[in-house]
Amino acid sequence: MAIPLLSLMTLTPLAGALVLFAVPRERHGLIRAVALVAAGISAAAAAAVFLGYDSSRAGFQFVERLPWLPQLGIDYALAVDGSSAVMVLLTGVVIVTGVLVSWRIDYRPKDFFALLLILVAGVYGVFCSTDLFFFFFWYEVAVLPMYLLIAVWGSTNKEYGALKLTLMLVAGSILIWVGLLIVYAASGINSFDLFRLQQVAFDPTTQSIAFLLFMIGFGVLAGMWPLHTWSPDGHVAAPTAVSMLHAGVLMKLGAFGILRIAMTLLPEGARVWLPALLVLATVNVIYGALSAMAQRDLKYVVGYSSVSHMGYVLMGLASLSLVGTTGAVLQMFSHGIMTALFFAMVGVIYDQAHTRDIRAFGGLIRTMPAVSILFILAGLASLGLPGLSGFVAEVLVFSGLAQAQGWLFVALAVVGVAITATYILRLIARVFFGPPRGTSPALQEGSRLDVAAGAALAFFLIAVGLYPAPLLTPIVSSVLPIVRRLGGVE
Amino acid sequence: MNGLLLLLPELLIGALAFLVFSADLLLPSRRAPLVGWIAAVGMLALALFCAAWWGVSGRVGDLYVVDRFAVLFKVLALLMGAAVVLMSVDYARRRLPGAGEYYGLIVFAVLGIVIMTGATELLTAYIGLELLNFSLYVLVSYRKWNPKSNEAGTKYILLGALSSAVLLYGLSLLYGIAGTTSYGGIAAALAGSSPSPALNAALVLTLGGLGFKVAAVPFHMWAPDAYEGAPTPITAFLAVAAKAAGFGLLLRLVAEALLPALPLVVAPLAAIATATMILGNTVAIRQRNIKRLLAYSSIGQVGYLLVGLAAFGAGAAEAIVVHLVGYAAASFAAFLVVVIVENRTGDEEIADYAGLAERAPFAAFALTAAFFSLTGLPLLAGFVTKFALFLAAAQAGWTWLVAIGITTSVVSLYYYLMVIRQLYVVPPAKVGALGMTAAERGLLAVLLAATIAIGVVPAPLFAVIQSAVAPLFS
Repeated sequence: MAIPLLSLMTLTPLAGALVLFAVPRERHGLIRAVALVAAGISAAAAAAVFLGYDSSRAGFQFVERLPWLPQLGIDYALAVDGSSAVMVLLTGVVIVTGVLVSWRIDYRPKDFFALLLILVAGVYGVFCSTDLFFFFFWYEVAVLPMYLLIAVWGSTNKEYGALKLTLMLVAGSILIWVGLLIVYAASGINSFDLFRLQQVAFDPTTQSIAFLLFMIGFGVLAGMWPLHTWSPDGHVAAPTAVSMLHAGVLMKLGAFGILRIAMTLLPEGARVWLPALLVLATVNVIYGALSAMAQRDLKYVVGYSSVSHMGYVLMGLASLSLVGTTGAVLQMFSHGIMTALFFAMVGVIYDQAHTRDIRAFGGLIRTMPAVSILFILAGLASLGLPGLSGFVAEVLVFSGLAQAQGWLFVALAVVGVAITATYILRLIARVFFGPPRGTSPALQEGSRLDVAAGAALAFFLIAVGLYPAPLLTPIVSSVLPIVRRLGGVE
Repeated sequence: MNGLLLLLPELLIGALAFLVFSADLLLPSRRAPLVGWIAAVGMLALALFCAAWWGVSGRVGDLYVVDRFAVLFKVLALLMGAAVVLMSVDYARRRLPGAGEYYGLIVFAVLGIVIMTGATELLTAYIGLELLNFSLYVLVSYRKWNPKSNEAGTKYILLGALSSAVLLYGLSLLYGIAGTTSYGGIAAALAGSSPSPALNAALVLTLGGLGFKVAAVPFHMWAPDAYEGAPTPITAFLAVAAKAAGFGLLLRLVAEALLPALPLVVAPLAAIATATMILGNTVAIRQRNIKRLLAYSSIGQVGYLLVGLAAFGAGAAEAIVVHLVGYAAASFAAFLVVVIVENRTGDEEIADYAGLAERAPFAAFALTAAFFSLTGLPLLAGFVTKFALFLAAAQAGWTWLVAIGITTSVVSLYYYLMVIRQLYVVPPAKVGALGMTAAERGLLAVLLAATIAIGVVPAPLFAVIQSAVAPLFS
């Protein structure tokens, strides 16, 4: 029998967390090693899944299924399609680099890494569950450790950020939960199986109600305006690795949920509500970018830029076109890597300078060249420089919008890009070039681990920018049937 | 098997109670913990004995039945009783000097639960209920020199007597309508009858009287004071075992007797469930005392269970029992931590829990897990048991009730997080590790393991409960 790669990937972090409970709390080295090994195994499994995914066959692969609670029709069922294969790869990359940049943590590292591993298990689980109950189960697992991770190890208004984030996300999951129950009750087949539910033709009213519930519920996690407010506060308050995972991967769970559950199961509902999502997403792009421009805290800039970039993801999903939806999924990957890189490098700077105020920095490129270059790379990807992954994703989203939704939205999206370019270039010029200011001259280059983690992330930005085909092929194969059911432009 | 032999478990539990009373009488007072151990080991042994009766079924006239439902509740009642006794051993040694009849009364309370859930006749059920209540009246006021405990006991007795009167009035009306007190006879009579004011009054008074016992809003006002004043292990008994008993009685009564007339009271039940969920969970936010917080949160849990009752049917009944079991494991774990802390420090305020993660890492972890389970977060029992409960309600068409239930769960997360914040985020005000006795550590580990096991592998529990609930609907 083949190795159950998906279970290995999802459950190894949980096993790692369990092992950590048994490790004495003062053995910091051992604790880090356990965390890295668990993250590494899961990432290796994720990479194997990505590489092993056969795009020519398309559909769901690596299927695993065990009856879990037959009384309620719940199976422990895992499988990946092209989009999930790309997303688990992203998760693997971000968790390993996240553990590396957390190496310095010496306050209760045992609890920190255990919670971090539980969180990432939830993320993997969401991306590859094909049972709706388990989708929700893992979704909540990913939210469960957030409060403590931020409130104990965070900075800057951490308790407020942690509480706001937790309550808003859990409030969003209320809607998802109600939506799931409505879908389950309306289907009449006593099953949470995605494939079986997909065969059910729900009546238009049910579809419309359930889609709205899912759209708002998942929209909270995706940072959809006006429910995004937890995101900048939460990301600023969180410790580096948690910001990386949260902005890099967790927000994608929201967008992924809309794609995997709402759009797949409820095509009629999608046709009713996607135009509204498109409008909200456009506000996301512009509002997020304008807010980012007004910030002085580096992390707030990145936080609001995430809101803006998630707007492109949602615009792509709402574009009702194959190209746009493909671009949305690619943007999830690209933004995930990019924002993780941003937060990792901001973390390095903050750990030394103990401030993130843009005005306190200048000429960092002289004192910490590697960190600066990596940050600048993320910035350039963020403003959509050709040759980096953000460009490919955004061009696809814009083309899809142009095909299916007309030029108005494209124009607005391009305005968003222009604002992004303004604040990113201004920030880069101020912080990394120009005369040294404040404590900047005293700062030192990041540690080897930090630079290695950053370089690994940067590799993906460049590789995908130059040659996106290995990602695009599986994504297209998985998005095509969904767009086709929606009657979108192919 | 028939006749009196069917009552063997009840007789043995009664015998155990007298054995515990005699041990207390004969042993010197410094050996009081030994009395506790006799009660705990006795109840655990009897739980095993009852579990072996899983396949047995039979009736004692029209009065009493042995079926899987009854057996399940016997086992649960004995396990809960044993857990409360184990919580009490160290607590009673330090905080209840001269605790004589304490353990024997707990065994009697357990016997009351067993009778309540096995009765198929109104007066037998009522006698079981009163046996439970009278034992608890004494136990609640057991901290003899503590004014709060006395106040709690007085309130509990007065409102308990009032609610018993209400319940009896309802039962007498039912008898008047049906001409019999046996469940089967009542069901037969109700099936043919048309709605009448007397029937409405009978149902409302009966359910209201039982609503007092499980602390449903608006019959809950005794609960917070009683919970705060009672010795903490008895608070746990009130919050968990007494509620389980009330729902055990309700499930059998509704399924076997009142089902034909249930549509008459579904709307008020839904209203009571709504009020209970909202009031319990919102008032909990303002509490500063951990026992009062748990009191209100347990009122909220009753609200969720009432959602199941409003959506009554075989699926909902299973879900109610499943949720009761998950709730019992998590709630006992939370109370045990409260007992441990109170025992070592005398502290009951939430602010006193600052930095518990430093002083007692295992207890803090267990309390966090218990709270997450009570909220309904995954990997823990509460997620799947609450999911099952709300699923049953959604299938019965109660979507709005489910929405309120889920929303109030999020409110509960808020006040639980306020405690968890004290445990992990706020630095400790006092220093020094809090120890635990082996019994406390062991019990906490078992309860935590049960909470996690139900959350991760729920199928066996569901299967057992499915087959336990089936006889009610045959």
